[in-house]
Amino acid sequence: MDAAVDTAKDATGPLLEVSGLAKHYRLHGDIYSKLAGQKTQYLKAVDGIDFAIRRGETLGLVGESGCGKSTTARLITRLVEPTAGEVRLKGEKVLGFSEARMKRMRSEVQLVFQDPYSSLNPRKTIMHILGRPMQLHGIASSYAERRERVLELLARVGLGLEHIDRYPHEFSGGQRQRIAIARALAVNPELVIGDEPVSALDVSIQAQILNLFRDLQEEFGLTYLFIAHDLSVIRHISDRVAVMYVGKIVEIGPADTVFANPLHPYTQALLKAVPEADPDKPPPELTLKGEVTSPVDPPPGCRLCGRCPLESKVCSESAPPLRDTGDGRQVACHNI
Amino acid sequence: MKTELKRGTMTEPVLALDDLSVRFKLKRGELNAVDGVSFAVHRRETFGLVGESGSGKSVTARAIMRLIPTPPGEISRGQIRFEGRNLLDLPDEEMRSLRGKRIAMVFQEPMSALNPVYKVGTQIGDAVRTNLGLGKAEARERTIELLSLVGIPAPRDRIDNYVHEFSGGMRQRVMLAMALSCNPSFLIADEPTTALDVTIQATILELITRMIEKFDMSLIFITHNLGVVAHACDTIGVMYASHLVELGPRKELFRNPQHPYTIGLLNSIPRLDTRSKHLTPIQGSVCSMMSPPAGCKFHPRCAQAMEICRREMPEFREVAPGHYAACHLHGRN
Ligand SMILES: Nc1ncnc2c1ncn2[C@@H]1O[C@H](COP(=O)(O)OP(=O)(O)OP(=O)(O)O)[C@@H](O)[C@H]1O
Ligand code: SF4
Ligand SMILES: [Mg+2]
Repeated sequence: MDAAVDTAKDATGPLLEVSGLAKHYRLHGDIYSKLAGQKTQYLKAVDGIDFAIRRGETLGLVGESGCGKSTTARLITRLVEPTAGEVRLKGEKVLGFSEARMKRMRSEVQLVFQDPYSSLNPRKTIMHILGRPMQLHGIASSYAERRERVLELLARVGLGLEHIDRYPHEFSGGQRQRIAIARALAVNPELVIGDEPVSALDVSIQAQILNLFRDLQEEFGLTYLFIAHDLSVIRHISDRVAVMYVGKIVEIGPADTVFANPLHPYTQALLKAVPEADPDKPPPELTLKGEVTSPVDPPPGCRLCGRCPLESKVCSESAPPLRDTGDGRQVACHNI
Repeated sequence: MKTELKRGTMTEPVLALDDLSVRFKLKRGELNAVDGVSFAVHRRETFGLVGESGSGKSVTARAIMRLIPTPPGEISRGQIRFEGRNLLDLPDEEMRSLRGKRIAMVFQEPMSALNPVYKVGTQIGDAVRTNLGLGKAEARERTIELLSLVGIPAPRDRIDNYVHEFSGGMRQRVMLAMALSCNPSFLIADEPTTALDVTIQATILELITRMIEKFDMSLIFITHNLGVVAHACDTIGVMYASHLVELGPRKELFRNPQHPYTIGLLNSIPRLDTRSKHLTPIQGSVCSMMSPPAGCKFHPRCAQAMEICRREMPEFREVAPGHYAACHLHGRN
C-alpha cells in the first residue's frame, strides 16, 4: 500500500529537489589568530542552492574548480551532511531516511566519478566489481544469475564479454569508465550523478562515453545530474543547465536558452573564455577582472563583486536571489 | 637592416627536427615513444603539437631540451637543429648553458617542477643568478620585475610566499616567469593551461601571446585541447602513436583536415553553438605502444583503412602548399 502511494506521488513531482542546501566548513584558525581574538573562518563550499531535476531529464552543473560542484553531489548522496537545507528524493526527505531507506537510496542514486583509475578496486575482477553491488542490494540472488546480468551489462556498455574475469589495470581509461558506468547500472538506479565522468578522457574516447550516457538514458529512462567544467560537454549532454560560482547558482534554465543567450555576467564571461575548436570563431577573452573570489568568508553581497562589469552599489550590500526571467530560467543578478 | 634580418629568418627556421626518434628500453620490451618526427619552427612562430595522451608530445619536447632520461631512454635517430647547430652534437656543458638561456621549457605539472620547500622568489632568483650572473639584490629586483610581468598582483608582497600559497593559475604564471627569466629565444610550453579553468586559461593564453611578441620568441605549444590550438597557434602538428600524422597552417588544418585521425578528432568535439544528438567518435582505443600494429598505426581505428594500410607505413606527403599528411589515401595514386 505504501508503495502505491509512493509511485502515485512519484509520477507528478520532480525526482530530485534541492532547497537551501549549504555546506560550510569551519577552518581551524591558528593559535595566534585565536589569541589575537580573530573570529573563526568558514569556507562556504555550497551556500544555499535550489534546483529540481525532473524524471528522465539531464541537469548539467557547470562551474570552475572549487565552486562547489562535487560538494553538491556529495550532499545529495549524504557522503557529507549539510549545514542547512533539504534534499528530497521522489518527494521524501533524504535527511530523515532510516537506515533501511538509506540502503535503498544507495541503489536508487549512483555516482560515477572522474577518475576511472582510482574508483575501481585493482584487486577485484570485473565480475566481482559488477556482481558485488547486485548481491548487496538483492538484485540477483544466485551467482549464475549475477554472471548472466554482468555479461548483459558488459555488452550494454560496449565491452567484450571476454573481459569478465579480468582486472581493472588491464583496461584503458575509456574502458575503465565503461566499467564504472556498468557498475552504476548494476543496481537499477533512477538517478545517476556523474562527477566529471569524462574529464580525464582523450577527446576521441570522451565522445564515445558521452554517446553511451545518452543511449543508456534513453534505454533505461535514467535521470542525470551531470557535473563538468567543460562547457561544450555540458552543452551537449544537458536539457537544463545550472551555472555555479563560489557556492551559489547564478543562472539556471533550459540549456538552449542559457547557451544561446546567457544573462548572468558570469555565464557570459565563462562562455566568452572558451576557445572553440574553430579558428573562424572569435578568440577566447576574459571579460571579468581579477581572480576567482575566495569561498572563505565571502563578501555578503554578490560573489562576483569586484570582478563584474555590471556592478552597482546594491551588489555589495545584498546577495541577489535567483529570480525568474520569464523564459523558463532563473538568474541571480541585481542588474538584469 | 631590420627587414634584412626578417627576410633571413623567414627562410631559415629557428628549430628543425629531422627524423627525430626516441626509444625507451624497458624491462617489458622496447618502446618507440617518438618515431621519425620532422617539423620546423620559425622566428615568432607558434607551433602547436596536439594528440592523444601518450602519443609522444612530451617526449618530443624533452628530446629538444635533451632531457630524456638515459637509460632507459635514448635518442635513437635524427637531428635537432637549433639556430643552425645540431643539438645532439653539442657537448653536455654547452647544452646546459643553452637550456634556460636560449631555450626554456614550461613543464606539464607545475607542482613537480616547482620546489615546495623554497620560496617562489628564491626559485626564480636562483635561476636568474646562475644564468645571468646577477648578484643577490639585483636578482631579487629582476624577480619582482618578472612576477609583475606575468601578472602576479603585488609581486613585492608575494615574492616570499611558498608555492602552495599560490593558486593553480598563479603557479602557472610563476613557471612562465621562471622560463622567461633569461630572455630565451625559444619557449616550449607543455600543457601550460590544461589543469586550469577556462577563465584562467584565457588569461594565460593572452599572456603567452603577449610575451611572444614582446620578446620576439618562437614557441612550441603542447596541448590536447584543439580549441586552444585553433586560436593560439600559427602551425599545428598532430601526433598519433609516436608519429606526426598531419601538419599544416592553423586555418587550413581546421577547414581542410586530411588525415582520418585529425578528421575523427574534430568530429569528436561537442560544439558550443549547437546540440547534436550523437557525436561521431573515433572507434576503439589507442594501440599499445609496446606492440603497435604494422603499417599505419591508426589502421585498426580507421574507417577508411585499405589493404595497404595494414602492411605499409604511409609516407609524410605534401597534400597542399605547407600542408602534410601521412595517409595512404593521399598517395601517389
Ligand atoms: N621516462 C620514461 N620511461 C619509459 N617510458 C616513457 C618515459 N617517458 C615517456 N614514456 C612513454 O613514452 C610514450 C609517450 O609519452 P609522452 O609523455 O610523450 O606522451 P604525451 O603525448 O605527452 O601524453 P599526455 O598527453 O598524456 O601528456 C608513452 O607511452 C610513455 O609511457
Ligand atoms: S593510412 Fe590507411 S589506415 Fe592509416 S589513416 Fe590513412 S586510410 Fe586510415
Ligand atoms: Mg605530455
